[in-house]
Amino acid sequence: MTETVDFDELLTRYEPALGLETHVELNTNTKMFCGCPNEFGGEPNSHVCPVCLGLPGSLPVINAKAVESAIRIGLALNCQIAEWCRMARKNYFYPDMTKNFQTSQYDEPIAFDGWVDVEVDGETFRVEIERAHMEEDAGKATHVGTSGRIHGADYSLIDYNRAGVPLIEIVTRPIVGAGEKAPLVARAYVAHLRDLLKALGVSDVRMEQGSLRCDANVSIAPIGSDKLGTRTETKNVNSLRSIERAIRFEMSRQAAVLDAGGTVVQETRHFHEADGTTSPGRPKSDAEDYRYFAEPDLMPIAPSREWVEELRATLPEPPAEHRRRLQTEWGFSDIDFSGIVNAGALGLVEDTVAAGATAAAARKWWVSDLARRANEAGVELEDLAITPAQVAAVQALVDEGKVNDQLARQVIDGVLAGEGEPAEVVDKRGLAVVSDEGALGAAVDEALAANPDIAERIRGGKVQAAGALIGQIMKAMRGQADAAKVRELILQKLGVE
Amino acid sequence: MSIITKSAAELGRMMAAGELTSEELTRASLEQIEKLNPTLNVFLAYDAEHALAQARAVDARRAAGEELGPLAGIPVGVKDNYCTTDFPTTCASRMLEGWVPPYDAAVVERLRAAGMVIVGKTNLDEFAMGSSTETSAFGPSRNPWDAERVPGGSGGGSAAAVASFMVPLAVGSDTGGSIRQPGAVTGTVGVKATYGGSSRYGLVAMASSLDQPGPCARTAEDAALLQEIISGYDPRDSASLNQPVPDLVGAVQAADLAGMKVGVVKEFAGDGYDQGVLDRFNEAVELLRQAGAEIVEVSCPHFTYALPAYYLIQPAELSSNLARFDGMRYGLREGDDGTRGAEEVMNLTREKGFGREGKRRIIIGTYALSAGYYDAYYGSAQKVRHLIQQDFEKAFEQVDVLISPTTPSTAFKVGERTADPMSMYLADLCTIPSNMAGNASGSFPSGLADGLPTGLQVMAPPMEDARVYRVGGVLERALEAKWGGPLWRKMEAL
Amino acid sequence: MGLTADDVARLGALARIQLSEQECAELAPELDVILESVRRVSEVAGPDVPTATHAIPVDNVFRDDVVTPGLTQAQALAGAPDSEDGRFRVPQILGES
Repeated sequence: MTETVDFDELLTRYEPALGLETHVELNTNTKMFCGCPNEFGGEPNSHVCPVCLGLPGSLPVINAKAVESAIRIGLALNCQIAEWCRMARKNYFYPDMTKNFQTSQYDEPIAFDGWVDVEVDGETFRVEIERAHMEEDAGKATHVGTSGRIHGADYSLIDYNRAGVPLIEIVTRPIVGAGEKAPLVARAYVAHLRDLLKALGVSDVRMEQGSLRCDANVSIAPIGSDKLGTRTETKNVNSLRSIERAIRFEMSRQAAVLDAGGTVVQETRHFHEADGTTSPGRPKSDAEDYRYFAEPDLMPIAPSREWVEELRATLPEPPAEHRRRLQTEWGFSDIDFSGIVNAGALGLVEDTVAAGATAAAARKWWVSDLARRANEAGVELEDLAITPAQVAAVQALVDEGKVNDQLARQVIDGVLAGEGEPAEVVDKRGLAVVSDEGALGAAVDEALAANPDIAERIRGGKVQAAGALIGQIMKAMRGQADAAKVRELILQKLGVE
Repeated sequence: MSIITKSAAELGRMMAAGELTSEELTRASLEQIEKLNPTLNVFLAYDAEHALAQARAVDARRAAGEELGPLAGIPVGVKDNYCTTDFPTTCASRMLEGWVPPYDAAVVERLRAAGMVIVGKTNLDEFAMGSSTETSAFGPSRNPWDAERVPGGSGGGSAAAVASFMVPLAVGSDTGGSIRQPGAVTGTVGVKATYGGSSRYGLVAMASSLDQPGPCARTAEDAALLQEIISGYDPRDSASLNQPVPDLVGAVQAADLAGMKVGVVKEFAGDGYDQGVLDRFNEAVELLRQAGAEIVEVSCPHFTYALPAYYLIQPAELSSNLARFDGMRYGLREGDDGTRGAEEVMNLTREKGFGREGKRRIIIGTYALSAGYYDAYYGSAQKVRHLIQQDFEKAFEQVDVLISPTTPSTAFKVGERTADPMSMYLADLCTIPSNMAGNASGSFPSGLADGLPTGLQVMAPPMEDARVYRVGGVLERALEAKWGGPLWRKMEAL
Repeated sequence: MGLTADDVARLGALARIQLSEQECAELAPELDVILESVRRVSEVAGPDVPTATHAIPVDNVFRDDVVTPGLTQAQALAGAPDSEDGRFRVPQILGES
């Protein structure tokens, strides 16, 4: 077990500094430097060509759309856009990299000096963006172990379909001064990026598929110290929840190291979803010397100011303004609205409203019911197996009186279980509300006969006593009775108006 | 001597006139290869049946009345650092022994489209790293003028193949002089096109910002014909210039050099130059003057720094370009016995796969780019590169072309310089500046010194390749008039 | 400032070449001569001199975002020293878990 210090307690003595490096896979049609399809999945090594396989003699050519996306991302992050910049080679050997250098950018990023404001519990934090630069992804290596043998027949298998997929790496300046909220600020920042990138339409931003990946640099220093502590870099933290957990854990772990009189080792660490801990990866050795130099096979990139302004005009509404507009349109109080934002449900609610539901209904389903289920399952809300359109369809069934709220939850159960669209689930599970007078009448007669005392009280004017009968009938009919109709029938049969 | 001594232009005309078939010509070419290759080690691979099949296909097209280009049916050799789907592409390295690429280089596509018959792949220094073909993992090529001597490098195979009449034409690649320097020491024509004039796609890179394809030929006209075929815009090479191919064949036929200002580079003479090389150069300058050129001396002060700058930029780029040869995806894999990890196997593969010169250059390049040394070495070299480009710009404000000897000396003996890398590097002293600045540059025979060929280098501004050919064409005719025929008639081996 | 055999070994490691001790010892003086000679570039590389990274100055060379035909899996793997299940088979990559 790694020693840790209580989070709240460490904050009385230490101040965290965070740095976030986020890799975004662009959703261009083709790869960064060749015309191979940029698609997730596919038969291994079927989306490759001499260029992305790094075959001798092949040459890269920059994808114009990737540059356009990079500039739009830069602008959305309030960055300066370089007047002239070059691609660079980052030289290091790794079998998932076909050329044994990554084509990236070094001291001339396409976008730099930006910022974004994120909100945590109503408080605004400004996260400064150091740079956003273009680079390419690597292939995927799968380790094959052969158990039961001591001497390694272990080997790796590599699929280069992902090699050369365009990436934008977004790097923050150190985030300091957030104190206890540091993990939340980090989470809010990545959520903000995700929403921004989605609105820009430049990436699928599927964290679970790796199209948005985050490396978290964490250090802590004694409060009042004018120096940052030694940092660790936790790699590939791939959900919003994990970002928060990984940072909390690293802060607690580093505090324990420092408290014990030790020093934090500058290293790469891996995050483990299962228990929320991190463990050391490859040490950052002194031998790591990337020998960057300007990529001779690619010409410099000099975006004209006209092009940059044209692209600026295509930017979506900034997230803060977007949120303000939605809150006004939907008419929610600050508390109700921030409940949606904090649940990470803003985009989902928005899409559900777009699919025809009222804002109130959309909020009800996502923030209360579905958020609870996501939490129980330990997944992100958006990763639940139900789409905003399906939630809107469930609500439509309620509005049409085909199901009540109770049944609607069962419909959602069915959708989540992969039983099909909401209407299909209603059919398959037989969940439709029974409002047929014949069937309901029989049930009402039965209930009246079994409860003569209650019937008498209703006759005597105690109309609210009908509730008890309705409950019994609902139970008998497994929740599928149309409650309003039942009530109407009871009163009718007892001659009460 | 038979048909094989004729120029490609003439052979093309004969085929068009029905006096010769490509099959006949290709057979003659193959016979010469069979006869001389065991001595000269020029072709690393050739395939008689495949060559004859290509020849017959062209003959059939011609017989069917198809309009074919001027070089259709002409046998051609291709330097073994161009990817070919029908021959292995080894770069003369153990690293790629037997590797058959799944694609053709752009230049190769153009040769095929022109109906040329690709006879085989020619020898070179390993990954084009050398000035003599002695670093080839498959043995050095020999100079047909004297088999004890090297044919220059890295494209010694292509130059020697042309000089020994195995093929009338061959394709080379020039990073620091690898087409021009072998041309000079084998008495042939070699031209490095303007950087970006001919696509590098499928040419296995040595130093990306310097590499450029070009023709090897026995006459200026043949070189022009071939360069026109392999030139032109290719969107797969980011450096490819989207401009029309200049009329090079027309330029060769210019009657004189009237109105042309020719600058003699002051820095490329004196100590370190063979007297015979300088004598032939001075005689050639006189012939150019007689042909109407105005001759002036031009100083390019930074050209003397070109060699040291080149031996930083080129190793730096190649250290990165050759990183991909690691035994994981293609080529040699060494030491994978199930007990070693990928890193160790890479280390062993690269130790076994690269020769001594390759290792030297990779280490120098790694050093020049590494933290703490970058500014002093690689950064400074790039500044020198800028200064050289500036020297050219200033010079071309005064003159139309610059000229110099192509090499400071004639062909040296096999083994003479292998122990001393610096003396080997000096062979490219005069050719390197044009790679640094990307301008067009060609070497043309200027005579013999002690029975060995010498060359004159013509340098023209980027995309002004036609000026190189105009000077080359005029010089060639003036010298032939003086010698009473082409230089190769003086070859003793004939 | 001479290049030692240790320096050569370190550079060899960076360049992934398993040089023997003897090779390092032989290469060090050879490389030292070359480095001594190329060091001359700093004589004229003043702080005000711009750098040139390309032969010909051209900017903004892009391609359209359009899919072009690539290689089949079989073509991709044809030259591989080893393959399995449509993937390149390589020795164990250390440092991966």
